[in-house]
Amino acid sequence: MSAIEIAPVERPQWSRDAARLLRRPTARIGVAIVAVFLLLTIFASLIAPYSPFDQDFAKALMGPSGDHIFGTDQYGRDVLSRVVFGSRTALLSIFVADGLALVLGCALGLIAGFFGAWLDSAIMRVVDVLLAFPYLLLALIIVAALGPSLFNSMIAIGIVYTPQYARLIRGQVLSVKTTEFVLAAQALGANRMRIILRHILPNSFTPILVMATLQAGTVVVETAGLSFLGMGAQPPSPDWGSVLAEGQSYFLSAWWIATFPGLAIFAVVLGFNLVGDALRDHFDPRRRKE
Amino acid sequence: MAQYVARRLVQLILVLFGVSVVVFLTMHVLPGDVATLLLGDRATTEQLDSLRRQLGLDQPIYTQYFRFLIDALSGDFGMSLRSNRPAVEDVWIAFPVTIQLSLAALFVAVVIGVPCGVLAAVRPLSRFDNIVMTFSLFGVSMPIFWLGLMMILVFGAFLDWLPIGGLMPIGVEPPRVTGMSVVDSIISGDWRFVLLSLRYLILPAFTLGTIPLALITRITRSEMLSMRSHDHVRTARAKGLSESTVILKHVLRNALIPVVTVIGLQLGLLLSGAVLTESIFSLPGLGRLMVNAILTRDYPVVQAAALLTASVFVFVNLFVDLSYAYLDPRIRYR
Repeated sequence: MSAIEIAPVERPQWSRDAARLLRRPTARIGVAIVAVFLLLTIFASLIAPYSPFDQDFAKALMGPSGDHIFGTDQYGRDVLSRVVFGSRTALLSIFVADGLALVLGCALGLIAGFFGAWLDSAIMRVVDVLLAFPYLLLALIIVAALGPSLFNSMIAIGIVYTPQYARLIRGQVLSVKTTEFVLAAQALGANRMRIILRHILPNSFTPILVMATLQAGTVVVETAGLSFLGMGAQPPSPDWGSVLAEGQSYFLSAWWIATFPGLAIFAVVLGFNLVGDALRDHFDPRRRKE
Repeated sequence: MAQYVARRLVQLILVLFGVSVVVFLTMHVLPGDVATLLLGDRATTEQLDSLRRQLGLDQPIYTQYFRFLIDALSGDFGMSLRSNRPAVEDVWIAFPVTIQLSLAALFVAVVIGVPCGVLAAVRPLSRFDNIVMTFSLFGVSMPIFWLGLMMILVFGAFLDWLPIGGLMPIGVEPPRVTGMSVVDSIISGDWRFVLLSLRYLILPAFTLGTIPLALITRITRSEMLSMRSHDHVRTARAKGLSESTVILKHVLRNALIPVVTVIGLQLGLLLSGAVLTESIFSLPGLGRLMVNAILTRDYPVVQAAALLTASVFVFVNLFVDLSYAYLDPRIRYR
């Protein structure tokens, strides 16, 4: 009787990559923090014990207790509920600001790198000018032009971070466009759009992913920073930056109002930094070896 | 080297021209009419038209831009709508405060960051290395506006060690020479002033210096580690040199070249962070001036402050690039 040979089931590449990535404890911590953050945003209305807007002046400025774990603010609103709902604004800022920077930056970088010549020079000079401003200063100028609001602050931060993506993608395109498979596609008569979208973009994906992850945390801090200065989300929005700014006035007598939203920002940024670092190390063979 | 410097100076002029266009255009689309801002809501249409003509706002946009550029080059940004002083005067009063804060923060970052990075790299994966790396990771993830408040809470309110805001106690002020409280205190020759001004600077400097400190520590450690495996270091060890000589003369000296660049490039981060730090510690610097100017739509001050900050940033970047080219010949011959 002949034995039936069963070929081992090969795990897909992404699964092997994920397993190798999660071997690092720091990556596991980062992924756990990001996962908790995502769960908070999705199930905010189930997790938050109160509405983030409900005022109860009888309970104003109460310290952390069983009823209000993070205490209450000057209007008697539950700080925990405001922090939980504030995660939604943070996630939105990642989608809008980081997303805008990624899409605009990729488009500019692809055009500059692929077409070269005067188009490349023109785009890169604009990028140089935008990089000549300190980040927050440029964001402030743009918000000043658009008017202070949460959405405008996200647009401003998106524009501020666009040059970084543009430079990164341009560099990637310049190296990928001279590879044999791109030259082969050109020889086969593939049009420019197909070459950019099917060959160059997917092969530039890894550094984009790393940068987008690392920038996600930065974007959360910058959006909260603009709200803190009164240039982003306006009260009574439960945005972390604006809750922190409101808490600043009562800081010495009611430390909890500003402390917990700050801790939330810190945790989210830490989580994205850990995941970003792990991704960078994972995809960089030199660092993987180290 | 001269050719490299000339090329960088031409690039700098182009970038500064671009910066002026960005500042002009963004202020041009500011919500609200400048004439109405200046004259108030009760002004008649004739009065508003007359002021617009007077300010050149009825001219085509490119004419307005060149007028703005010529005025800016001669230091004229118009009168501040809030203080009724020339906008550039408001900026010059605030500028030294921001410079002093940024330099103090950079000092904190370098003096602590470089030795920590070196010591961590000498024994990688040791307990000290792990502590330094954990703190540096926390440092880069820290929102500084929150860190500032925590510093105030702990060192100002609970421990009562340090003052929580301002440049000096109310009513105490050394004679103004440079506008930097510490420098003016030293010039005054009164050591009580010097100690007071330093005490007031500690919390803001540590707050603003935290992120650069973390970055400088990380880059110093990683450059030291990568330099340790180079051939010239192996040769130095093979020659029988002591470990301290190898580290100080062969590893650290070469590792510091990229570290110097990173230190220089922190200025952008510091100028951004100064906006938030000045707001938390009630410091009358450029960042706070600009935020207030934006909130009150004082556009001459916004233009002057933005142009000055961006110019300083561009010049410092040029200086960093040139020093890097000086230290590493491969850059200037590329």
